[in-house]
Amino acid sequence: MNRKMRKEKLKKEKNTKKKIVEKEKNCNKLNSKGENMSKEELLRRMEKSIVEGNKNDAEALAREAVEKHVDLNEAIDEGYVPGIQKVGELWEKGEYFLPELITSAECMKAAMGVLKPELDKAQIKAKSFGKVVIGTVEGDIHDIGKSLVSSMLLANGFEVIDLGADVKLEKFIERAEAENSDFICLSALLTTTMLGQKKFIELLKEKNLFGRFKIMVGGAPVNQKWADDIGADGYAENAMTAVKEAKNLLRK
Amino acid sequence: MNLTIRPKLELLKKELIEKIIEEAYTILEKQGVYVENNEALELFKEAGIRVDDETQRVFITSQLVEDSLCSTPSVIKLYDRSGDKEFIVGEDEVHFDPGSTAVTIIDHKTQEQRKALTEDLVKFTRLTDCLEHLHFQSTGIISSDVPEIISDSYRLYICLQFSEKPIVTGTFRVEGFKPMNDMLVAVRGSEKALEERPLAIFDACPSPALKWSNLTTQSLIDCARTGIPSELISMGMTGATSPVTIAGTLVQHVAENLCGLVICQLAKKGAPVIFGGSPSSFDMRKGTTPMGAIETMMIDSAYAQIAKHLNLPTHAYMGLSDAKINDSQAGLETGIGAVLAALSGINVISGPGMMDFESCQSLEKLVIDNEICGMAYRLIEGISQREDPIATNLFDGFTKETQFLSMPHTRKWYRQEHIFPRVIDRDTYDYWVSLGKKSMDDRAYEEAEKILRENPPSLLDKNIIQELHKIMLSDARNNGISALPEIKI
Repeated sequence: MNRKMRKEKLKKEKNTKKKIVEKEKNCNKLNSKGENMSKEELLRRMEKSIVEGNKNDAEALAREAVEKHVDLNEAIDEGYVPGIQKVGELWEKGEYFLPELITSAECMKAAMGVLKPELDKAQIKAKSFGKVVIGTVEGDIHDIGKSLVSSMLLANGFEVIDLGADVKLEKFIERAEAENSDFICLSALLTTTMLGQKKFIELLKEKNLFGRFKIMVGGAPVNQKWADDIGADGYAENAMTAVKEAKNLLRK
Repeated sequence: MNLTIRPKLELLKKELIEKIIEEAYTILEKQGVYVENNEALELFKEAGIRVDDETQRVFITSQLVEDSLCSTPSVIKLYDRSGDKEFIVGEDEVHFDPGSTAVTIIDHKTQEQRKALTEDLVKFTRLTDCLEHLHFQSTGIISSDVPEIISDSYRLYICLQFSEKPIVTGTFRVEGFKPMNDMLVAVRGSEKALEERPLAIFDACPSPALKWSNLTTQSLIDCARTGIPSELISMGMTGATSPVTIAGTLVQHVAENLCGLVICQLAKKGAPVIFGGSPSSFDMRKGTTPMGAIETMMIDSAYAQIAKHLNLPTHAYMGLSDAKINDSQAGLETGIGAVLAALSGINVISGPGMMDFESCQSLEKLVIDNEICGMAYRLIEGISQREDPIATNLFDGFTKETQFLSMPHTRKWYRQEHIFPRVIDRDTYDYWVSLGKKSMDDRAYEEAEKILRENPPSLLDKNIIQELHKIMLSDARNNGISALPEIKI
């Protein structure tokens, strides 16, 4: 046998071994119907549920992963996260728009709603990019943009505490301190409530907390210049750039 | 027999209008509306309406809506500052007013947006006062040289001093009502005179979906009791804060407006109300609310048609653009909007001058938009026979050399039949070059300067100005502000 043929033979053997090992692994996984479903298939279906925005599937598959004792962090990293990444790519390409973004994010939230408590139970730490406290500044009841950012941050690996709308400035600080959060994100849709973002930073300085949290601001009347003027760490114009900006700030 | 028709745009079939209204009634009764104001909640209770105290939701019966519609006037008479000139707000009478509550102004020289100051507000008010196709004034700009807390009363304070036209305005805080009402009373002479000849309309916006905040509800109540017409501005964003279909958004729009109307009637039966709005198509790609989208205009025209079906005066935010500079987008969005609004017979059309998602005003655009309004007015005037016979007699003794320029008929009718726009370019190419190859924006800038230069401000009686100043200063002092900016003309 010449070298080339030997190489090919070895390759084939390796592949066959791989397949056998996989098959053995997967043989132990039976779905509720008693059929064989490979882990690969489960992960792919998880990804699909996010991309297609199918909340029922996302939740059901998460429960299945728990039942089958699948490594839950793996389920998140290899199943759901690729889904949300694909959604991000489709958004960048201009094929997915806001309704797809938000439904996919909600599916992610639903899946995490099943998986996170299980991880907590097993005392396994879920991978997280950081904790975020987010809300709309007091006096402002607009919350749709903020909710979208909230969902996208959650879907992209952040722990999110959403305080809702019309949130008093002190409450942001109280909660961020209590949760030991990394970020505080403030949204304002009115030119009048936008000033609350400035007041907030002044309040942090008064309490000697400026610099403790990364502050991000957003909302229709807000822009980069405003964010710079008031001393915020970051500004994002929409939910997708908010995720990027948050990840950027982590590196600083 | 009058052969002239008023051209009209109607987007909804009667059966669809009825279906939309029916669903609005159902929502009012079954889902209810969140009303954040205690006095309003008490008024509802007194009227026998079920109120859930915990969620602050009111469940309005169809009967109450019907009764309220019956007592709401179908026509409102608005008067100018002198009280002499009367404007009908109702039927198909059309009045344009500049888009309101902008925070920035376009600086023509730099083509940048900058924060507006008192002198911009003065210029804006004076310019609007001179533009013939803008029947109403608005407190269109918030000046940044005054603390935010008194910005509502302050803009009215400036507006009243420099314009004779009726004003579209509104409160930003519950406490804002008193000084603003006091100023209007000062101009009119007495509360009774103000009630008989209203000078201003107050805008109040419910928050989508189905919420009336404390501030806006209080505005409805206060205005109802003083005879100030309330303009209800529902503002759903399709697929975001209201259903994504236009028909769906209309259902919500009608429900929110009717709730506001009921509150006005409960506060005072017979209170003047204008069914209005500033809804928009929500761009699912950008997350923005384009006022220039055709769908936005369709929603406006349609809800106005529904309001007319209910015999109510109408309002809409049309005739504005989302462009950031005075380019073709600014022209086309405003043009299409103003024409559609006029064809829809909307009574108060807010928009001229406005850009960048209702945040920015431009003096140049105000001049350009005035031309657009002029075109819209000419359109709805329609085509008249003018003479009988129309033209056969003009052809008597017709020869190859006959021309129409020198005919008496031409001299008699040409000014009535054709409008003369001022900044629209109709020069020959060479002449346009000789004038400096100017753009519309440049010409509008020069025209604005010319108008302000040649027209002194229409000032109030000195005593009334003093009275206004007293009221304004008092409001300022109550809010810890000791002095007001100097007013430079």
